[in-house]
Amino acid sequence: MSTDTVLLAVAIAALASLASRALPFLALSRHHDHPLLAWLGRYLPTAIMVILVVYSLADLRPLKLHDPKGTPLLLACALVVILHLWRRNVLISIVVGTGAYMAMVQYGA
Amino acid sequence: MIEVVAMSRFSSWRHALSLTTPVMLGYVPLGIAFGVLCVQMGHAWWLAPLMSVAIYSGASQFLLLSLLAAGASLTEIGVAIFLLSARHLFYGLSLVGRFRGSGARKPYLVYALTDETYSLLSSREETRDPAVAFRISLLNQGWWLLGSLLGALAGSLLSFDSTGMEFALTALFIVLTLELMATVKRMAPFAIGLACGLGALLLLPQRHMLLAAIGAACLVLLLDYRRRAPRPVEQRP
Repeated sequence: MSTDTVLLAVAIAALASLASRALPFLALSRHHDHPLLAWLGRYLPTAIMVILVVYSLADLRPLKLHDPKGTPLLLACALVVILHLWRRNVLISIVVGTGAYMAMVQYGA
Repeated sequence: MIEVVAMSRFSSWRHALSLTTPVMLGYVPLGIAFGVLCVQMGHAWWLAPLMSVAIYSGASQFLLLSLLAAGASLTEIGVAIFLLSARHLFYGLSLVGRFRGSGARKPYLVYALTDETYSLLSSREETRDPAVAFRISLLNQGWWLLGSLLGALAGSLLSFDSTGMEFALTALFIVLTLELMATVKRMAPFAIGLACGLGALLLLPQRHMLLAAIGAACLVLLLDYRRRAPRPVEQRP
């Protein structure tokens, strides 16, 4: 992958990110109390985040439970969920979950 | 007189510093993880800090690394990052009134609006002062930039086995999902996302899965809105 391709991708991601922040101030300010926008604002982020969890787990397809990488992935996910429901600390959940996954993958679980 | 101004400027920065300390504790280590991962994926050390200035969004930056590794097209990258960032649209909508009259600071406040900055700005009364909001936003970005720079340098100087580190992205998304579910208090959006995500995963190649799943989820939520939202009686024929 050439540096130019990467820089172009970063520029496009930067524009997309900026658009999501600036659009409400540029275009949507007149509609800021529209019930549809309030509805999407309340529920769309959760749906998108769940989809991103599935997307980032896509290596599991088709749920390869016996794959040496599949089981650690499920265990590490369960660990993150339990840790987060218990301690509610974003950093602990991510660091411990990732550390556990790396240990399982590198030393074989 | 000058001394007094200097003193109050110092103490107001110190106040902003204490407000952003919880953000620092999250941004610096997560930024380090991002920087290390970015270097380990074969990118130059300066790419991580560059992304932290140009994109400045943890979830988007991690996702971009994964999309680059998967060889996604530029269109797919643009649409996926925009949809992932769509939550910022709703932060912005709730701050339109607040940022009116912040003058020259407004463009920076809009550009630097992250999940954590939003949570500080929307929960603290003193942040109605644009100068306070500006100091908080700038410090938060400083923490994120510092973390990604440290991570990128550590990743290029130290060599260690980083196999499995990409799980940090999954862990981040799981945590964000749990946080959102705690505020939404309704299972429907979770179930819709799960069904659309798994459906697209099984039916489509992985490259197209993300956009199709998010599109389907938007559609289902719109139908849900039309079904549940109370309709004014007089508009019916």
